[in-house]
Amino acid sequence: MTIEPAATRLRHQVPLVVWLVVVWVLLWGTWSWANLLSGLLVALAVLTLLPLPHVVGGTRVRPLPMLVFFGHFAADLFVSGAEVAWQTLRPGGVRRTAIVQVQLRADSDLLLTMVAEATSLVPGSLVLDLDRELRVMTCHLLPARDLEDVERKKAHILVVERRLVRAFGSAADLAALDGHRDEGVLAP
Amino acid sequence: MTALADVVAFACLLAGAALCLTAGLGLVRFPDVLSRMHAGTKPQVLGVLLVMVGAAIRLDGWANAWMLLLVAAFQLLTAPVSAHLISRVAYRRRHVRRDLLLVDEFRGAGHQDVWYQGDEPKDAPPEEPGPVQPS
Repeated sequence: MTIEPAATRLRHQVPLVVWLVVVWVLLWGTWSWANLLSGLLVALAVLTLLPLPHVVGGTRVRPLPMLVFFGHFAADLFVSGAEVAWQTLRPGGVRRTAIVQVQLRADSDLLLTMVAEATSLVPGSLVLDLDRELRVMTCHLLPARDLEDVERKKAHILVVERRLVRAFGSAADLAALDGHRDEGVLAP
Repeated sequence: MTALADVVAFACLLAGAALCLTAGLGLVRFPDVLSRMHAGTKPQVLGVLLVMVGAAIRLDGWANAWMLLLVAAFQLLTAPVSAHLISRVAYRRRHVRRDLLLVDEFRGAGHQDVWYQGDEPKDAPPEEPGPVQPS
């Protein structure tokens, strides 16, 4: 482990401290200076006792695309919840499923994690494997009606990725997104 | 106003409970581990979220609502992770109903065990020949 300047380390850990303090204050349920200070102490203690590797490559937040992403995400959540619920209720049961691989364009740990989380919650897909080096995500699809349906679901995963990168990706990530516009889906 | 809020809360709680029920049904009715994990993530997460919304409307005061918000956030963050880990192990241990698979682009070396443990579905790929025993 390399020794890095204290200032850099502090800057990397600020978001984590803020998150821990927010969780602490939310758990208490009321806002007060005592909660804030005790939360700060607990957060610093947690970070000292259980140090985490920090996320490489800071991300940025664009408010408008972020709203677009969360709007679609909420809608997708309802659709997928309803669809899978119907699959459990329908008389015939599950007919067909599929396992597919999708070539992602984003190249940062944080973005790939977010894509995987979002993919697991949107219609029809569940992440089986994520190859960090090749950026290939393997998903299980349910239901898969036919090959056309499979292609549509693969394309949808890429759309989710695009929305996420637009909302949180760096300029380099955005450029990578456009550079690979036509080769998103792996050839079978 | 309160009557309307009550109706909305009631609808959310009922819909959430129904979705959690379908998640349980899915665990029983779906044919293999991978499909069951779908039931364990999507309707269940949505169900929990709806129950949280309903509860937040019915409960007085923000203190409880903040707690429910945290529950919802952690539910969204953790459900996909556990489902991923379980299905990853299930695939590696060959607990996949291959007769139901339309395509499998993941098939290949290194992604699955090559030995039978005895509890795989009947159509799991054949066991590879073992290492040659010195005679």
